Amino acid sequence: MNIKEIQELIRFVAKSGVSEVAIEQEEFKITIKAGNASQNSGYYPAGQNQEVMQVAPSTPKPSTIIHTPPAFPKNDQPDTSHLITIKSPMIGTFYRTPGPNKENFVNVGDEITPGKVVCIIEAMKLFNDIESEFSGKIVKVLVENASPVEYDQPLFLVEPL
Amino acid sequence: MFKKILIANRGEIALRIIRTCKEMGIKTVAVYSTVDRDSLHVRFADEAVCIGPPPSRDSYLNIPSIISAAEITNADAIHPGYGFLSENARFSKICAENGIKFIGATAEQINAMGDKASAKETMKNAGVPTIPGSDGLIKDVEQGLTIAEQIGYPIIIKATAGGGGRGMRVIWSAEEFEPAWDSARQEAGAAFGNDGIYLEKFIEDPRHIEIQIVGDQFGKVCHLSERDCSIQRRHQKLTEESPSPFMTDELREKMGEAAIRGAMAVGYEGAGTVEFLVDKHRNFYFMEMNTRIQVEHPVTEEVINYDLIKEQIKVACGVPISGKSYYPNRHSIECRINAEDPDNGFRPSPGRITHFHSPGGHGVRVDTHVYAGYVIPPNYDSLIAKLITVAQTREEAISTMERALSEFVIEGVKTTIPFHIKLMKNPNYRAGNFTTKFMETNDFGS
Repeated sequence: MNIKEIQELIRFVAKSGVSEVAIEQEEFKITIKAGNASQNSGYYPAGQNQEVMQVAPSTPKPSTIIHTPPAFPKNDQPDTSHLITIKSPMIGTFYRTPGPNKENFVNVGDEITPGKVVCIIEAMKLFNDIESEFSGKIVKVLVENASPVEYDQPLFLVEPL
Repeated sequence: MFKKILIANRGEIALRIIRTCKEMGIKTVAVYSTVDRDSLHVRFADEAVCIGPPPSRDSYLNIPSIISAAEITNADAIHPGYGFLSENARFSKICAENGIKFIGATAEQINAMGDKASAKETMKNAGVPTIPGSDGLIKDVEQGLTIAEQIGYPIIIKATAGGGGRGMRVIWSAEEFEPAWDSARQEAGAAFGNDGIYLEKFIEDPRHIEIQIVGDQFGKVCHLSERDCSIQRRHQKLTEESPSPFMTDELREKMGEAAIRGAMAVGYEGAGTVEFLVDKHRNFYFMEMNTRIQVEHPVTEEVINYDLIKEQIKVACGVPISGKSYYPNRHSIECRINAEDPDNGFRPSPGRITHFHSPGGHGVRVDTHVYAGYVIPPNYDSLIAKLITVAQTREEAISTMERALSEFVIEGVKTTIPFHIKLMKNPNYRAGNFTTKFMETNDFGS
């Protein structure tokens, strides 16, 4: 699981009202607890949260969730250094399709050329077509449909041709 | 009360707003450009979203990005701070249209006070003293002389297309009028291609004294007394204080009342400042109104002991004010510490701060967003810290400021701390003897 996936998960937990999510994979496990003591006072005694990543950091240390790369072992990840990242040119909501019940603009494995619309980012009810600047093949889609993205956030990994 | 406020700003004021929100139990969202990723306001907020690249027009001035940031974080209000979009009527309107409360003035109020001519008209109609002047351009010398008599000498001839002091002449008597008129028109024609001239009363030895006001959503307005901001360099304030050493109880009552009348005339909501020029006879004239919180608000906070950001948020939420006005019972001074080189024309000095130690102790307050290791980006203004002192008397506020300045360590960039140390020692400053001409008539060795 990479940092973006973890961020999405945290946002999902915060928005959904779910109070705890625990995931276990081969290399690591993560537990996310949402909210603060006022919601779950009986259930989460204070001081027990050493391995838990707080959804809303309340101390003035750099928020590891949003800004700095995590210290997870990367040795099993495929080498992505030759891939191009398409980053978001604006803040807004990311959509993979031109409209509800329509096909995705692009899927993993699709070839793209400069000018090809890869997604829509919506801000203030204005829908902006985001075009690729590169030629290549989509290797990975990094953001879920209809989720918020910030400026410069990685959206797609592309294998250059 | 708001659940979540997005702060559409950066630097020390963003942090200032976040602090009050935290105390009020309101969640905060910081927005930042890529170069501000490590800024303190980003770290202290509950959530932070990147809204664009470094240039302000693509980030902090980018209305769609900021509204979008509020939408995706579900913020119910936006605090615009000062500068940037804080007095942008279009932004205030767009917030309203998108169901987000803009913590500041309405679009109508911003527009009313934003245009100098219409602001003056509004104030005149409200019975607020304005700078006497001609209503429009002067046709010829005869008309000019008549109007000059009405206004009363000394008067100043100003070019309507003017700037940089060009096309301006001060006239002390009727005999001087015609030659000054000819030469001003010629200069204006040559410099701006427009020799249109108007007249205004020349304010002798003006002081810049402003009145802080707060208005609620129910038509009540109160004042929180004055701040003296006369010490300026090229119209940029260097230091401010409250109360003004030139103020009297009677003048404060008159100015406070006038400021309230002016604010009520536009049904003003929120914190605002009415700026006046005060001449040596203690006549005061409306200059302009700022429909936002100001940089120097801490000085008022210290002498009346109220959190002005909290008042802004409460008023925006529909909490009524009592209508009572507030008077200083202590003395406070603020020095703006800029990353500038005072020995080289105050040239900006961005870069990495290698050492940072801020002063402390009784009567010392530091509002800053910087820390050791922080890199000051070149893209924004050079204010890096506000050093505020408060004491029972002006003399003690000055000596506390001197002590605090001597403790303030900022290394790696040039700052204006050495300038402020010299300022505090200046005999005219210490005597309270200053007008807006102070920086021109006092030598600080650069």
